[in-house]
Amino acid sequence: MDPVFLARLQFAITVGFHFIFPPITIGLGWLLVIAETIGWKRGDERFVNLGKFFGKVFALTFAVGVATGIVMEFQFGTNWAEYSKFVGDIFGAPLAAEGVFAFFLESGFLGLYLFGRGRVSKGVHWFSSLMVAVGATISAFWIIVANSWQQTPAGFVVQNGRAELTDFWAAVFNPSTLVRYFHTVDAALITGAFFMAGICAYLLLKKKAVNVAKAGMKIALIFGLIASIPELFPLGHEHAKQVAHTQPEKFAAIEGLYTTQSGAPLVLFGLPSGGIPPELKAPIEIPGMLSWMAFGDVDAEIKGIDSFPKDEVPPLFLTFVSFHTMVGLGMIFIGLTALGVFFMWRGTLWDKNWFLRILVWVIPLPIIACQVGWIAAEVGRQPWIVYGLLKTKDAASVTVGAGEILFSLILFGLIYLFLGAVWIYLLVRKVKHGPDETGSVEAV
Amino acid sequence: MDLNTIWFILVGVLLIGYTILDGFDLGVGTLHLFARNDEERRINMNAIGPVWDGNEVWLITGGGALFAAFPFVYATVFSGFYLALMLLLTALILRAVSMEFRSKVESGSWRKFWDYCFAIGSFLSALLFGVAFGNVLKGLKIAANFEYQGTFLGLLNPYAILVGLAAVAVIVMHGTTYMTMKTRGDLQERFVSFAGKGWIGFVVLYVVATIATFFAAPELMRGTISSPIFWILFIVFLASLVYHPVALKAKRNFTAFLSSSLVILTLMGICAVGLFPTIVPSSIDPSYSLTIYNASSTDKTLTVMLIIALVGMPLVIGYTYYIYRVFKGEVVITGDSY
Repeated sequence: MDPVFLARLQFAITVGFHFIFPPITIGLGWLLVIAETIGWKRGDERFVNLGKFFGKVFALTFAVGVATGIVMEFQFGTNWAEYSKFVGDIFGAPLAAEGVFAFFLESGFLGLYLFGRGRVSKGVHWFSSLMVAVGATISAFWIIVANSWQQTPAGFVVQNGRAELTDFWAAVFNPSTLVRYFHTVDAALITGAFFMAGICAYLLLKKKAVNVAKAGMKIALIFGLIASIPELFPLGHEHAKQVAHTQPEKFAAIEGLYTTQSGAPLVLFGLPSGGIPPELKAPIEIPGMLSWMAFGDVDAEIKGIDSFPKDEVPPLFLTFVSFHTMVGLGMIFIGLTALGVFFMWRGTLWDKNWFLRILVWVIPLPIIACQVGWIAAEVGRQPWIVYGLLKTKDAASVTVGAGEILFSLILFGLIYLFLGAVWIYLLVRKVKHGPDETGSVEAV
Repeated sequence: MDLNTIWFILVGVLLIGYTILDGFDLGVGTLHLFARNDEERRINMNAIGPVWDGNEVWLITGGGALFAAFPFVYATVFSGFYLALMLLLTALILRAVSMEFRSKVESGSWRKFWDYCFAIGSFLSALLFGVAFGNVLKGLKIAANFEYQGTFLGLLNPYAILVGLAAVAVIVMHGTTYMTMKTRGDLQERFVSFAGKGWIGFVVLYVVATIATFFAAPELMRGTISSPIFWILFIVFLASLVYHPVALKAKRNFTAFLSSSLVILTLMGICAVGLFPTIVPSSIDPSYSLTIYNASSTDKTLTVMLIIALVGMPLVIGYTYYIYRVFKGEVVITGDSY
């Protein structure tokens, strides 16, 4: 088997599995800050218990996130040694900065937050919840910096056979960093909101700790609505515009634009066929819309897949489908949170069991949206590992054989399946047990 | 002092910081199965519970710093140690999740399973770190253009395994010394006795490993002894090593913990002095070795990274110190515990 393919598969599985957890903890982290703030400032027991309960859910999720995150820190070196040599002068710094500025903060204060209740003052305890959320959010920044540099490299010169740093801030704030950062962090906020809302909906359906669940539902739905609306516009829109300007191949692939044209249509739905030349089956389009959205002019010409050399075009099916799934899910999130907030405003939410049931079932949807969004971003960059500079096929470790990668792939595949199953099992158990209604300390 | 030297020291500081801090976590984990009942096991896990996560970040940051400062070392060694690192990652994963998972279900067999994962994960991590370190000291089969030519089984040579066992002994000594600060009564006495056994085991393995180093890495030894910094470190090393059991006997547990921390610091420092300015020696030809110059990033990147470290690390050390202060003293099991 092709070692590069195996290395890619392993990277996809390890990063995909890891990326289930950080969006939950980033979103949940901020919701915990809100719960702790209300619990502390108003002395509201419901929010204190909400914080305790979701703090434990957070810890469980965080542990799996950390455990799988270490793999990422090592994997560039183990599997992508040629890449590491080529980009080391630039790519390592954000990873180290993530540790120094963010991960220390998050991990250190998480210990204080989880174990420090009663040992430190309420103010310090509240502060520790804030530092956990801040740390997680800064952490996302440096990771997105590193990945965005792969998408739209800047602030460097290629010499001595590698990319060498010339301008640190240009590399950090490369053309895609900020739009991708806000888009990704907002996705995490949505994920956390649906996570909390779904769990609270379950508790309400089972009539468990109803007052705590109602408190959680309120903040989660309002938070979720506030996060969901800007995710498509302006954040998603601005990101798409950036891709159109800086990575036209990716843009053509995700939007399903196969022939260069002015007045390019926005494809709402379609299925890419694998033929040559590629075409979309059963497309539903809005004429001129894509040109207008990307370049502010309905007649603007946009390059289609036919404009690019065949060996520099990303896979068409996966990028198109994952991108459109993400956009569709984004709309559903706005609809659901808006409906929830509306019911809450009318005071009818607590009786609407059908709606609560939906909220339980949609917990995985934002996680899926994060995954397909990431797939669109990463597969859309192919065949490049660093856009325009280094191809993925030239980036893998030359000293690591296919057999070794297959071994580690199976090893991690099995471990991750197992960890995922245990995480879900413990989560369900924890939720079924539910939070405390009273102020008493829960026995473990 | 040039930037490359500074970064050699800083990466060293991160890795030594990791070994001292997560070292006691791994030490506690390695002896976890010797605990006599569920309560003792919970005390083990809760003694490190609030801090192990932050401790592990030293490794993550060390990895990032190595990547940023010496990308060719990061790329060559990590891909060269492929299978060993995959096992190490597996061990670290199991160690990390087992604490969080164990407490969640009360069933005996569930807890037993995660106890085993915790102990094996901790032991294997310490052992593999030591084996990797031993191989670096001995030199790797690195050909021209940093091309690694060794094999997985080649990493499991007697010298590296010896260093691996010495590493396990030192972290057992270190971890049990940490536990003497977190326990009292009979349990504390037992940890004092474990620490004594760890100390003996380490001293024996250290002496054997040092003699072996004369044969396995004569160049390293010659380089070490000729440096004045070596003699300073070596004196502190000996003093700390001798003082450790004295402090334990006098029930000065914190001082004993500082001694074992100093043992780790000076020992790794001595190895660093021996290697400098090489980071990874080539056993094929010294001219193929990875050094702080031929494996480094540009001065520009090293400067930027230095600013990041100077801004960030004092903060990290500040709040880490505060958090340790909050959790100092005996472990008390509460509702928030594992």
